[in-house]
Amino acid sequence: MPMTLAEKILSQKVGREVKPGEIVISPVDWTVVQDGTGPLTFDMIRALKGKDFAHNPSHAILTIDHTGPSPRADLSNFQVALRKFSETTGAIVEDVGQGISHLLLAERYVGPGDVVVGADSHTSTAGGIAAFATGMGSTDAAIAMSLGKMWFRVPETIRFELKGKLPDGVYSKDLVLHILDTIGEEGGLYRSMEYGGEALADLSMDARFTMTSMAQEAGAKLGLMPSDEATKQHLEHHGRGDRWIALDADPGASYEKTIEIQLDKLEPLMAVPHQPGNVKTAREVEKEGVAVHQVFIGTCTNGRLDDLRATARVLKGRQVHKKTRCLIIPGSQHVYREALREGLIEIFVDAGAVVGSPGCGPCPGIHMGVLGDGEVCVAAQNRNFKGRLGNPKAFVYLASPITAAATAVEGKIADPRRFL
Amino acid sequence: MRGTAWKFGDNISTDLIAPGRYYHLRSNMPEFVKHVLEDADEKFAPAALAGDKTYIVVGSRNFGQGSSREVAARLIKAVNVPVVLAKSFARIFYRNCFNIGLPALILDTEPIQHGDELGIDMEKGEIRNLTRKETYQSGAIPPVMQTILKEGGIVEYVKKHGDLVFDNKISRA
Ligand code: SF4
Repeated sequence: MPMTLAEKILSQKVGREVKPGEIVISPVDWTVVQDGTGPLTFDMIRALKGKDFAHNPSHAILTIDHTGPSPRADLSNFQVALRKFSETTGAIVEDVGQGISHLLLAERYVGPGDVVVGADSHTSTAGGIAAFATGMGSTDAAIAMSLGKMWFRVPETIRFELKGKLPDGVYSKDLVLHILDTIGEEGGLYRSMEYGGEALADLSMDARFTMTSMAQEAGAKLGLMPSDEATKQHLEHHGRGDRWIALDADPGASYEKTIEIQLDKLEPLMAVPHQPGNVKTAREVEKEGVAVHQVFIGTCTNGRLDDLRATARVLKGRQVHKKTRCLIIPGSQHVYREALREGLIEIFVDAGAVVGSPGCGPCPGIHMGVLGDGEVCVAAQNRNFKGRLGNPKAFVYLASPITAAATAVEGKIADPRRFL
Repeated sequence: MRGTAWKFGDNISTDLIAPGRYYHLRSNMPEFVKHVLEDADEKFAPAALAGDKTYIVVGSRNFGQGSSREVAARLIKAVNVPVVLAKSFARIFYRNCFNIGLPALILDTEPIQHGDELGIDMEKGEIRNLTRKETYQSGAIPPVMQTILKEGGIVEYVKKHGDLVFDNKISRA
């Protein structure tokens, strides 16, 4: 039977053909926790095993990304718990400033065809590299980390057929917001969202990860891209060329539905408070003249080099508006270093932006960039729920990095195409 | 099981259930429970903690959306909510509930009003609205979830069976 990517990866893992709807127990290649979810995972492992334990320590990744550098003692203690677990088991710690788990996985660990369980909802990001990667809770992560396997329901698949080319100033963030608008916030529930079509070859790996991270905002279990030439170059660039295999859905695989998208027709989009599915065009929102107090560019959705390059297109030779603060946080050390090398960081600093150390930054609303009452933030991130960025009395709009950068310069929500 | 319905709207995110600003309280559950669902309805936590009534959380569409934070499900369970009802649940939250032994039932929650007295027959998946004298049927709990729930959670399940071992009845599509 011709198979979707999700079916193919799981079939290879369990050694037989799997079908949507069935429950399978599959080996797990990588288990990941972060500073907020890890301590509970360790408690559950101890409840299960009576001690700290990892089935395959070199494939258990503990990232300190949500709260680093720590602003308070209780959070520091979460980080200590991760380091201690690593000392007793040999699991790998990615400490403060290394970056967000989802970037690190794609740079350093995961390859096409791998199965990944992460105690973080955006674990689907690694699907950009054709890995069956999905987010779960701390207890599920404890099962996966201690047993080296997990149960999965084989998902139905929605196929997105991408055609044409994105217009200038329109990015994959706009594309994924368009998809969210089309299928709704539950449109991907329990499903695999898989991408194909002629336009895929033009989408960089960075652009793809933006889309697979936001599969989560459609409720999906997976966001999956095929493994192709771009995947190969990505792995080679990170010194892991030997991990490359070609991987794609079979022609004739059966999909719950197929949605065709003409990229040429897209324009810059935003999600207005308080749901990622409240999608409007930047052109429309701009007319409302919303004053913006904070702009944030970063996260597992938009903290990669392509995102910073797009930001620099607008900020180069311009100044951030005096009533707006602009925070830019590279998603990983690697992105940071490349941005330095390309002169992007200098452009940001010259423009009056604040550049922070790699990690989640203000996104989870814990340790920096927390909004004041009534303040408005335009964020190149994935969620704008009430209370995101730490204050339920604030308002978060989602946008692409270039739209966020244009907004930072104008001090008001702005269509970026005027800045090109 | 019986309880009083406490109604919530669509899209109750785990950020609303367990706000990021209390992240540091994850290691201090007795404090954290005081804030459960605070950003959705600040009256809920004090009422649930008063202990004179058992509340059943009744959500609407996409309950538990967003972050994987399991503490969201744990906080709801910690204030003695015996079951969560909603039109639909976000995927990770749904798994988390069963993993910690908190049943989550899917049904049209529209006819249930805030404050209605509910009686629930888990075996039959039947929800009796004692206030309105109505009975509703919930969608079937998937066999795998039933199995986990029966043992009180996934950790207890694995402890008992020594492994993840699901029989054919559970695994079939
Ligand atoms: S950047 Fe935001 S969405 Fe991504 S892992 Fe960190 S907190 Fe979660």
